[in-house]
Amino acid sequence: MTVDAPRAVGAVEAPAAVTRPSGVRVPLAQAVYIIWYRDIVRFRRDRVRLVMSLAQPVLYLVIFGVGLSSSIGRGGSLGAGLPASFSYLQFMYPGVLGMAVLFTAIFSAMSVVWDREFGFLREILVAPISRSAVALGKTLGGATQAALQGVVMLVFAPIIGVHLTVVSVLETIPLLFLLAFALTSLGVALSARLKTMQGFQVVMNFLMMPMFFLSGALFPLRNLPGWMTVLTRFDPVAYGIAPVRSAILAGSGLPQAAVDRVASVTIGNWVVPVAADIGVLVLFSAVMLAIAMRSFRHRD
Amino acid sequence: MVLSPARPPQEATAGDSVDAVITVSGLVKRYGTVEAVRGIDLSVARGEIFGFLGPNGAGKSTTISVLCTLLKPTAGTASVAGLDVNRDPDGIRARIGLVFQDPSLDVQLSARENLLFHAMAYGVPRSQRKQRIAQALTTVDLTDRADALVSTFSGGMKRRLEIARGILHHPEVLFLDEPTQGLDPQTRAKVWEHLREIRASTGLTVFMTTHYMEEAEWCDRIAIIDHGTIVALGTPDELKAQVGGDIVVLSTADNASAVEEIAGRLGVQALVDGESLRIEVADGSAFVPQLIMALSMPVRNVTVRRPSLDDVFLKLTGRAIREEEGEGRTAMMRAFAMRRGGR
Repeated sequence: MTVDAPRAVGAVEAPAAVTRPSGVRVPLAQAVYIIWYRDIVRFRRDRVRLVMSLAQPVLYLVIFGVGLSSSIGRGGSLGAGLPASFSYLQFMYPGVLGMAVLFTAIFSAMSVVWDREFGFLREILVAPISRSAVALGKTLGGATQAALQGVVMLVFAPIIGVHLTVVSVLETIPLLFLLAFALTSLGVALSARLKTMQGFQVVMNFLMMPMFFLSGALFPLRNLPGWMTVLTRFDPVAYGIAPVRSAILAGSGLPQAAVDRVASVTIGNWVVPVAADIGVLVLFSAVMLAIAMRSFRHRD
Repeated sequence: MVLSPARPPQEATAGDSVDAVITVSGLVKRYGTVEAVRGIDLSVARGEIFGFLGPNGAGKSTTISVLCTLLKPTAGTASVAGLDVNRDPDGIRARIGLVFQDPSLDVQLSARENLLFHAMAYGVPRSQRKQRIAQALTTVDLTDRADALVSTFSGGMKRRLEIARGILHHPEVLFLDEPTQGLDPQTRAKVWEHLREIRASTGLTVFMTTHYMEEAEWCDRIAIIDHGTIVALGTPDELKAQVGGDIVVLSTADNASAVEEIAGRLGVQALVDGESLRIEVADGSAFVPQLIMALSMPVRNVTVRRPSLDDVFLKLTGRAIREEEGEGRTAMMRAFAMRRGGR
């Protein structure tokens, strides 16, 4: 209706839009929070899983790392210009942080498949919350868990002989979270489509493990055969581990030139800067999140 | 009172326009070439407990899935809480409570946490959450187990918790798909007790599917559905009145000849139901002496009873509902599988 007098505004609104006690559509931020919150409650409760998921990175660090350190020696064997005191274990340590994040992120995303098997996904999907909120909440929930797992691994730094500074820790935490977010969004995008746990096992073996091995977590991404060089440059995890390694090794006193040589991803002669690593991860997350949202939104 | 299948008389529809919370007209749902629902009309009044009774595969779960906006109708219209299922599915979902046949609880959370999740997801204001959760737990007698993990709950407790969850956001209609399937009779009675209490205190409308006859007796009105169409609709008493007065069940030394003799000498049709014969008569106790006199063979036993909904179903469809129990997953579950099954 046209408003003749100012007092008419608002006064006539009430009967048109009948407000009911039920039928409230939850705001997006609140919906995301609910989904995230549930994952965190479950995570806190599941101490066993927390310990178990630390076991694997610790094993890599202690057995694989120590073993390889002893056989390949120090300094120069990892690349020219490195100080003689620099050990393989120190090189590998940031890679193991990335590994902890990668494994936890993918496992957390698997909870979507789990929820489907146990029926709770129905409760989520019939609720009057948007499917985008479901995808985003799930991704944030998994990313929080994965980043925490990586952060917990920081306590091993002194034992490995990696010197952490306040600055390097403050740089590492958001970088780990970004990597965690990127990988969880990939996991959620996949698990939104997967019907069975078996399907997820396949994903683990054919996607997660190659992503881990090609990421540069265990060896520098230099002087590799051509085909492998190409594959590693398509691995998003590489762009997550590189900045983490830069931050930690720079903080531990390694000269910047040596850090760049041992940590950064190169494309041709271009040494990919940290800002570009971050850009790659942000872009990757955005694409995966969009796919995940689409998968959840589909309905008959 | 006799009810025609397609268009029930006015008395039975509880007055379409007065205060109908659910109205369905000409509803059809086809899966490929299979017509699961073949033109259903019904209307459910506010505060009613409405039962959808039929064997598995009759189309009852498909209908409930359409009403809950989990499936889109192929043809026809349906509205719930004044909203059209095609136009405002989200609006409907915010105004209804749902209890699925299979549990959909997070067993790694406590009862209270499951309810908190639901309250938040359905936008229950923060200031009311605590009180509503406490109230819902009291309603279903789970207050003392509120902080126990759901993984420690029995089947009946889980079902009660799901009912508590279904009413937590004060929906206008509570939909239940086979709510007491797989529960023992005592637990089933308890679930019903809670449902009736909730209805009495809140005026909630309840729409449920079942294939248990005893359960249907508890409903205010029932639609009997078979092969995708409603074959009868009314109160349990109205439906039972369709059968006639009483049911006489007898068995004799020679049932086949008995059928002929009953038809020839007494002019009534006896139905063979396994080892016994069923006869519908106006006055059972007056009929039995005549029956005994009329039969030439020895009569082993005779029972006279009031008709049950089983008899109604048998009369309308020519077979007993029990024969078709236990087919496994319902159409509602299939609906979910389909929704996620890619395009």
